[in-house]
Amino acid sequence: MIAFSKCVCYDILQKGLENEMTKKDIRLIAGILIVAILMSFWFFFIKKQMQIVVVYVDHEVFGKYSLDENQTIDINDTNQLLIQDWKAKMIHANCPDQVCVHQKEISKSNESIICLPNKVMVTVEGSKESEFDAVTY
Amino acid sequence: MNKVAYFGVMTALAMIFSYVEVLIPISLGVPGIKLGLANLVIVIMLYKYGWRDAFLLSTVRILLSGFMFGSLSMIIYSFAGGLLSLLIMTILKRDDGYSIIGVSIGGAVFHNIGQLSIAMLMLESYHIIHYLPVLLIAGVVTGFLIGILCKELLKRLSNIL
Repeated sequence: MIAFSKCVCYDILQKGLENEMTKKDIRLIAGILIVAILMSFWFFFIKKQMQIVVVYVDHEVFGKYSLDENQTIDINDTNQLLIQDWKAKMIHANCPDQVCVHQKEISKSNESIICLPNKVMVTVEGSKESEFDAVTY
Repeated sequence: MNKVAYFGVMTALAMIFSYVEVLIPISLGVPGIKLGLANLVIVIMLYKYGWRDAFLLSTVRILLSGFMFGSLSMIIYSFAGGLLSLLIMTILKRDDGYSIIGVSIGGAVFHNIGQLSIAMLMLESYHIIHYLPVLLIAGVVTGFLIGILCKELLKRLSNIL
């Protein structure tokens, strides 16, 4: 059964590609594919630029920083945040446990680094609206 | 052949296809990608009887299958996709350079574009435009398959259709 359907699929594809499509068909397909590829590249960069890092201290916004420039941010002399290569990482904390320093670097929306002793929370957010949880049709 | 009977058969076929389509899951990480089997009937109608009858068939199919298997919002999405797709297919068919495969691909791609535009309007957000590249490629693939099917059907069933 599988061999049969494979055979039929191959037959169909060969027919379509060899003698039943015109030059304009091929051009139409190529055009659509090129547009799709260009758009996905464009969205990839836009999406990265739209992401920002928000630093909260004691539930209040301390500052917002873009992920696209490399920088080191001092947070109230207690913590130091490093932004490098689209990723944010806590590099220094004056607390004894150092949990936040050992935490993985963050780069995607809603990922966060939290330093409980100093009440510092760092999250990655989209700069505009939030994404949808779900869409129903 | 009696045109009314023919139209009835085609409507029934289109509705069954839109129902069967729900049973074939295609998951590419983007909601709403489907094979477009109903478009098979619409394309055949377009080639056999012209765009007026195809338009009527499309409208009847969307209304009936929307009320039977879907919801009001599904009818709106279907209308946006179906009518834009039919418009593009009619334009491409007028141009002799495109074969039935090209016409079907154009229809499938613009069906997706129409639905995405309506979704953007209704959700009042441009964020879902990120789905567009995937939907364009999916449209090319499904349109290609449906186009080949149409061509074979028109050729082999020429004495019935």
